[in-house]
Amino acid sequence: MNKILDELENRRREAKQGGGQARIDAQHKKGKLTARERVEVLVDPGSFEEFDMFVSHRCNDFGLDKDSYPGDGVITGWATINGQIIYLFSQDFTVFGGSLSETNAQKICKVMDMAVQNGAPIIGLNDSGGARIQEGVASLGGYAEVFKRNILASGVVPQISVIMGPCAGGAVYSPAMTDFIFMVRGSSYMFVTGPDVVKTVTNESVTAEDLGGAVTHTTKSSVADMAFDNDILALREVRRLLEYLPASNRAGTISKKVYDDPERIEVSLDNLIPTDAGVAYDIKELIIKLADENDFLEIQPDFARNIIIGFIRLGGSSIGVVANQPKILAGCLDVDSSRKAARFVRFCDAFNIPILTLVDVPGFLPGTHQEYGGIIKHGAKLLFAYGEATVPKVTVITRKAYGGAYDVMSSKHLRGDINYAWPTAEIAVMGAKGAVEIIYKSDLSDKKKIEGHAKQYEERFSNPFIAAEKGYIDEVIMPRSTRKRLVRAFKSLEGKKQVNPWKKHDNIPL
Amino acid sequence: MIERILIANRGEIACRIIKTAAKLGIESSVIFSKDDEGSLAVKMADKAFLLADSKNNSQEYLDIEQIIRIAKKDKIEAIHPGYGFLSENATFAKAVEENGMKFIGPPHESIKIMGDKIVSKVQAKNCGVSIVPGVDKETHNFSEARKIAKKIGYPIMVKASAGGGGKGMRVVQNEKDLEDNFRSAKNEAKSSFGDERIFIEKFVENPHHVEIQIIGDKFGNFIHLGERDCSIQRRNQKIIEESPSPFIDRTIRDAMAIQAINLAKSVNYYSAGTVEFIVDAQKNFYFLEMNTRLQVEHPVTELTTGVDIVEQMIRIASGEPLKFNQKGISFTGSAIEARVYAEDPSRDFMPSVGRLNKYAPPKEIRFDKRQIRNDTGVNEGSNISFKYDPMISKLCVWAPTRKKSLELMVDALAEFRITGIKSNLSFLIDVISQEKFQRGEFTTNFLSEKYPEGFKSRNVKNRDLEYLGAALLSLQKSFALESRSKNGSFPETRTYNPEDYFIHWNDKIIPLSWSFSDGCHRVKNRKEKEFIVKFGKLSFNEITSIQVNSRILKLWLSKKTDGYLVNWKGYEGELKIYSPEISGMLEFFPDKKMPVSHQALNAPMPGLIVSLDVVAGDDVQLGQRLCALEAMKMENVLYAERAGKIKLVKCKKGDILSDGDKILEYE
Repeated sequence: MNKILDELENRRREAKQGGGQARIDAQHKKGKLTARERVEVLVDPGSFEEFDMFVSHRCNDFGLDKDSYPGDGVITGWATINGQIIYLFSQDFTVFGGSLSETNAQKICKVMDMAVQNGAPIIGLNDSGGARIQEGVASLGGYAEVFKRNILASGVVPQISVIMGPCAGGAVYSPAMTDFIFMVRGSSYMFVTGPDVVKTVTNESVTAEDLGGAVTHTTKSSVADMAFDNDILALREVRRLLEYLPASNRAGTISKKVYDDPERIEVSLDNLIPTDAGVAYDIKELIIKLADENDFLEIQPDFARNIIIGFIRLGGSSIGVVANQPKILAGCLDVDSSRKAARFVRFCDAFNIPILTLVDVPGFLPGTHQEYGGIIKHGAKLLFAYGEATVPKVTVITRKAYGGAYDVMSSKHLRGDINYAWPTAEIAVMGAKGAVEIIYKSDLSDKKKIEGHAKQYEERFSNPFIAAEKGYIDEVIMPRSTRKRLVRAFKSLEGKKQVNPWKKHDNIPL
Repeated sequence: MIERILIANRGEIACRIIKTAAKLGIESSVIFSKDDEGSLAVKMADKAFLLADSKNNSQEYLDIEQIIRIAKKDKIEAIHPGYGFLSENATFAKAVEENGMKFIGPPHESIKIMGDKIVSKVQAKNCGVSIVPGVDKETHNFSEARKIAKKIGYPIMVKASAGGGGKGMRVVQNEKDLEDNFRSAKNEAKSSFGDERIFIEKFVENPHHVEIQIIGDKFGNFIHLGERDCSIQRRNQKIIEESPSPFIDRTIRDAMAIQAINLAKSVNYYSAGTVEFIVDAQKNFYFLEMNTRLQVEHPVTELTTGVDIVEQMIRIASGEPLKFNQKGISFTGSAIEARVYAEDPSRDFMPSVGRLNKYAPPKEIRFDKRQIRNDTGVNEGSNISFKYDPMISKLCVWAPTRKKSLELMVDALAEFRITGIKSNLSFLIDVISQEKFQRGEFTTNFLSEKYPEGFKSRNVKNRDLEYLGAALLSLQKSFALESRSKNGSFPETRTYNPEDYFIHWNDKIIPLSWSFSDGCHRVKNRKEKEFIVKFGKLSFNEITSIQVNSRILKLWLSKKTDGYLVNWKGYEGELKIYSPEISGMLEFFPDKKMPVSHQALNAPMPGLIVSLDVVAGDDVQLGQRLCALEAMKMENVLYAERAGKIKLVKCKKGDILSDGDKILEYE
């Protein structure tokens, strides 16, 4: 017995050394934490329980039989974050460069299966050179096993990826299918082919950072959601994100005690909308003033900034927010903003997170660039996402709600549950100027007449009343009392049950 | 008495005048530009009239013809000009009187004499007021300026003849800097006052700025209301003013007051006026100028004397004699004013414009031993426009002694919260907390001596950091335990053994240990000193009080991952709480400085390009003047942050730029 206990102790000590001290030092030198340190940073102290610590690879080719490490380059197990159970895997770059082997993949699959079975989030910490080349197709099979589980887990449990080192080739497709991707600036990369291959094939010279660094993916490609300056900031932010998410699609809504008055009045919102219609304002101020404790977790803050997405709490309950940002591109809908918001709306719907939509949208961005880019199909994604969502949906129109974009932005017609408008709302097919130029084509040469028509059109349509008369707007509310109204609105919708017609799955315009 | 007045001004001073008018039962009207629609002044006034657009920036409030027309149409009896704008415009004062209305201010003849720095100096000299050596006539061009400067010796002061409030006024240390400054002063003089006359005088080094408030009626009766010390200035712009001055004594003050009243009498002055003096280290004083209007800093005098200066101006304009003589004026206690500006101290005090996302001033109080007064023209949600003065409010306090008054001011400033734009609140706290300031040892050079590198942020004292750390560590633990308990409330009955944490604040790290027993959060520092922490009502949208031992910390807090964004006593920053393990791991991360290349010069703020000093292809040296951006009536010169060749210039003179717009690119 004692002998066995001694051996257990020795084996554990060996496993904890990963690829050895020299490689650990090298990892630190690169400004990266080790796989174990990352787990320690991520989870509640002392809560991590490791699985498969002694698993090692079964490959005998290319001398690998003489080279083996317990755990085989990935640490897996479960732990708690803020007291909630999560499953995780953390790739160990000090062991074979974190490369994915057959056994290594099996370990990942095991925790993924458990996460789905037990209804808990799965978090992957990625730091891997790619496939274990010595293993050949066995490694590729391993990847596909992981992919399959990502697909099946999608919409069942939240999946979060943190890219903390290289992630190249086929490896990128696992995080790509997860719900959120965080990256670390300067030490993480994602690309299908690296700079060397790019250079050989296309003659294009590009650095790894420019090709697939955190900045690239959070500003240009939108592959990743957020970028951080170091491992600790990235990992700790995962904890914050999880506070807003349910453990699974079966877990129901989540709420938390908050220190804020649900009836808080914000007088300054009464003059948030500038008197001059041509002047922009920052919709973030509204989001922050509405939110419990003024706390807003923005997702994808650096991409398609003309639409804002993220999480707040209202009366303690987690709420997903989608808001047009008049400060950027006048808050219009375009290819990028439609894609960004559509995916977020679908995430919220999948996990029963109610959606608040704040509308100030002048329409879709016109132009060849947009049309060639497929704005029709991408715009339709957002329309589709809102229309199919069955979670509680509350909408506030603050100013413009023009044209097709009005329909898209969680309108009453797309099953918006409660649709409010501020007195400054203008719900119309288009702005007055454009409208009269079409209606009164024959008067186009007479500037005075056109001005008169425009004024008339404005008086008739530049207000929330026409829409309210038709019941498209449930109530016109004062900006200052918006928070109070929203808390009540979402409370009233807590029992909402809505079922879409049976289908195998829909065919959203991908 | 007058029953209907028009205030030809905006912002806080319009609101200030409306308050007194209301007290006296006078109906007040204001004029406003399109930018000021919805401003506090417009809301407070009985009537408000929109000024038609004018071609130039902010010129609406200078449109004499239009203002007179509005006033006449509304059957206004008298016009109060406030300060700035038309307050010292003799033509306006005259026009008001000629149109059958009363000008709430001095006679236009006295304005004219005192408004001209050269003429006023001659006048002062003639009636026995002590004056600074200099040349009492206009300097036409640069070569003339060079000659004069050489004669009286550097340092010298280049001043706009019609200037005031620090605008169009520059100190030149040596001949090398003369040309640049002369040119800028002339430009500013022209754009701010429409009068490009410049004159030069000897610059008195290390002076104090002390001024005497006087009031005279139309019957030749004069009194003075004591002095104000306005030595705390930045670029000749007053920041903090107080009364009485900690530097001069009563004898000197009385001597100054006699000269001030003599000067006023010599020009048949009436209404309120201020005679400014500079006082050197030996307490010799020299006449600087006379301001023939209500001063920005008048509240400090009102607080120490109890006289409502605006009321006296209105009564005098109505033709009433002064109801008290000098013996009836008593000076009690100490009053201080701090000007809260919309500016970014960490970026060389660049004006910061935009919406006041949060504006929460301390509560005004009027007790026997303490008073807080906040004169402002804004409320939450107001817009600070680059067209006008960037002052947000004047926070004033009064207490029986200077020491008490300073304490009250620090507390009041600490409670003040402004977000959405940058403000100088922490800078003000830092200045007032300086030992030398506390001891009353300062000259007009105080700020440039104390802050030679500018002001980035307040350095926290270790003792303060321990209190703050103890408070927030307990708060963090309390939230963590609360979220983990099933019913959402913190289990008050359990005991938790000590746990170690590290508190990170900017580049400071301190260890603290936390435990919980007998219903108390207990935090200990390295020396085993115990801090017992108790929470009041917690809030993240209002000021929150946390008690640590016998101290009550009043904090503005926002939740952040692993910590809080804190605003406390002018300390601003993100406080992070980490376990020793995580704290240790932070050492592995080198400071990842993403390469900052000054490939382009971007507009640091919205403004108007008034001069462009380079063209594409120019080779520029580090620190060379590139262009000047006018915003808030100040000319902000932008210098080269690197040497190199200019690739292209993206804008031209007269362009209006937004924050971040590209001005030029380097190769």
